[in-house]
Amino acid sequence: MTRQLTGAQIVVKVLKDQGVDVVFGYPGGAVLPIYDEIFKQNDIKHVLVRHEQGATHAAEGYARATGKPGVVLVTSGPGATNAVTGMTDALMDSIPMVVLTGQVPTFMIGNDAFQEADTVGITRPCTKHNWLVRETDNLAQTMHQAFHVATSGRPGPVLVDIPKDVQFANGNYINPAKANKGHYSPRVKGDIEQITALVNLIENAEKPIIYSGGGVINSGPAASALLRELANSTKFPVTSTLMGLGAYPASSDQWLGMLGMHGTYEANMAMHGCDLMINVGARFDDRITGVVSAFSPNSKKAHIDIDPSSINKVITVDVPIIGDCGHVLEDLLKIWKSRGRKTQAGSVQKWWNQLKEWRAVNCLSFEQKGNIIKPQYALQRLEALTKKHDRYVTTEVGQHQMWAAQFMDFNDPNRWMTSGGLGTMGYGFPASIGVQMAHPKSLVINVAGEASWLMNMQELGTAIQYRLPVKQFILNNERLGMVRQWQELLHGERYSSSWSEALPDFVKLAEAFGAKGIQVQDPADLDEAIIEMINYEGPVVFDCQVEKHENCFPMIPSGKAHNEMLLGDASTEGAIEASGAVMV
Amino acid sequence: MKVKKGTSRRSAYNLQSLYGDEIETHTLAVIVDNEAGVLARVIGLFSGRGYNIESLTVAEIDHQGHRSRITVVTTGTPAVIEQIKAQLGRLVPVHDVKDLTVEGPSVERELALIKVAGKGDMRAEALRAAEVFRVKVVDSTLESFVFEITGAPEKIDAFTEMMRPLGLVEIARTGVAAIMRGK
Ligand SMILES: Cc1ncc(C[n+]2csc(CCOP(=O)(O)OP(=O)(O)O)c2C)c(N)n1
Ligand SMILES: [Mg+2]
Repeated sequence: MTRQLTGAQIVVKVLKDQGVDVVFGYPGGAVLPIYDEIFKQNDIKHVLVRHEQGATHAAEGYARATGKPGVVLVTSGPGATNAVTGMTDALMDSIPMVVLTGQVPTFMIGNDAFQEADTVGITRPCTKHNWLVRETDNLAQTMHQAFHVATSGRPGPVLVDIPKDVQFANGNYINPAKANKGHYSPRVKGDIEQITALVNLIENAEKPIIYSGGGVINSGPAASALLRELANSTKFPVTSTLMGLGAYPASSDQWLGMLGMHGTYEANMAMHGCDLMINVGARFDDRITGVVSAFSPNSKKAHIDIDPSSINKVITVDVPIIGDCGHVLEDLLKIWKSRGRKTQAGSVQKWWNQLKEWRAVNCLSFEQKGNIIKPQYALQRLEALTKKHDRYVTTEVGQHQMWAAQFMDFNDPNRWMTSGGLGTMGYGFPASIGVQMAHPKSLVINVAGEASWLMNMQELGTAIQYRLPVKQFILNNERLGMVRQWQELLHGERYSSSWSEALPDFVKLAEAFGAKGIQVQDPADLDEAIIEMINYEGPVVFDCQVEKHENCFPMIPSGKAHNEMLLGDASTEGAIEASGAVMV
Repeated sequence: MKVKKGTSRRSAYNLQSLYGDEIETHTLAVIVDNEAGVLARVIGLFSGRGYNIESLTVAEIDHQGHRSRITVVTTGTPAVIEQIKAQLGRLVPVHDVKDLTVEGPSVERELALIKVAGKGDMRAEALRAAEVFRVKVVDSTLESFVFEITGAPEKIDAFTEMMRPLGLVEIARTGVAAIMRGK
């Protein structure tokens, strides 16, 4: 039986029935009826952020750390436009997110009403799908469908735009089980013939590599477990994209480290020299491939991806498998085992000898000397002092992000949240808030650059209000470090606007909000300061003043191939040619 | 690595630049839910990703089921055409994407209304040509005709070229509707 409720009541009821426990949002005229209903209940917690962009990144952090969709509630017009960056970020990184926006009443749409924006039009290219609900009777149905679309197939952000009169009017409620999900249901099972073709390649490979991505994490913990089983039972080496860190444990000997532009030497050389590449839930992003024409020239390539449009988009593959990583890995293992668990063990062992030689280059080495903290050293100490904790790490975007990926180890999925595809400065702090909401007892650290952190620093108010003890570990080089690095390598050392000038006193800033501020300059004080940060019960802003001109290596310069990587001590002069300079 | 031939469909050894290939023209039939904004989604995909639209027709084909059929004629390298199909296929309101150019023989038809103005010989000549092309006259005054022509796009092109020196004033074309032959 259906029940008559107001639109606003329907919104809250759908959220409850979908198992939502927290909503990140910001009120305004066009969502007041919904906020009124939120006020009248206690099941769903609302987190009042300080800027709608913060709400979207917090929802992303929550989603990444739980596997559940993040939910955002904002008002019409500026509320909706402020949410655009986070939706684009979630689209690029395939994060499930449901954004609810208020809209001016249906009878005023198109009149340039106060705080009217064509939200569905603006967000069409940055959502997986979006809806404008014109009748209260369709609201429950549409919202249930929105949750379905956000979480099935390749996950992503969806938006439901709800005019104010639709929130006031009465309509029928239907529960999730009765809702019509529409025809959208991407296939999860891979083609058995193709999976068998991959088994055949696995049995014959002499120089294999597994290249895993965010798809494994999105598929859920079972997929990570299957990935481990595949790697451990074949003895194949594993590398992963930035988005995939943690799906395979960094503590394993078979782990080669991250690949790509700032990936390890051994991972990139292995990608270049392999004869079989098994891509599990990654998408051959340009940060990974380097110049496409020279990408892994002598390998057979298999690609497992739930999104058919990812297959053959950048790299033409030999064995395309469309399906969910978990389902495909399960079938793959079943077939491989039933055929006698064959590999070319002798050749793979030889391959390992080569890999170990590359690993011995020790591409991440750096020297901590003198009384200035190297950013790598700061992260090495942070890793050492926090690795035993139940720990989650978010990052901002820049050099510090790459160093965090290089120097921190992730042994489980859903522990590492970073803005990969869009590279959004300002992501990390609100994301850490979302993670801490999901895991109130855990240690949540945002590894930040001072410039990125300032982009959403207003969320310190949110952290204080909700008593979220997030640790803001700022590697303060007083530079837009990554920009400065590119200017050094590409633009004749003309450092155009890449200084972080007029920086605040971060300790005072923290204190002004009621948080703790810690500043360190001397390497000798670092450990003690980190321990103080960990032990403090509330939010901490940690101003770690580091070497200002450190560059992030290894680096595959744009327009170059994997085997043309720059290592730290090598000459970098003229490393990027004019043809590479046009690339981003 | 020793792998038997035929274990995989394509070889990574001939990785070619997507842009080196020949440009092809394909006719795609896209079946969609006829909901608000669906055409904007399809067109936005083309403009946002830099694909071409040569021709586009849309109309509801199932009023009860609220389904529309969008026929798009597009050009690109084979790899780009494959991307276009995959990208269309993942739009939530899209039910089916058929590539009529590769899925077997299909018929393509377009309708055009063509206005020609002239007197005397020119007028007589235009009418003669129209008969040859089996074109209907749907409006006539002493100084003008409106012709209705239906056929493959090339036939319409040929007819309009013929009309150009004979006083062509205006052309309205529907764009292509296409369907597979046989059952
Ligand atoms: C919103 C946004 N604007 C601009 C950029 C371009 N960008 C990439 S890294 C970077 C510098 C980041 O500086 P900081 O946060 O201090 O990190 P660092 O590189 O110094 O570690 C900039 C400006 C971006 N990624 N995001
Ligand atoms: Mg910086």
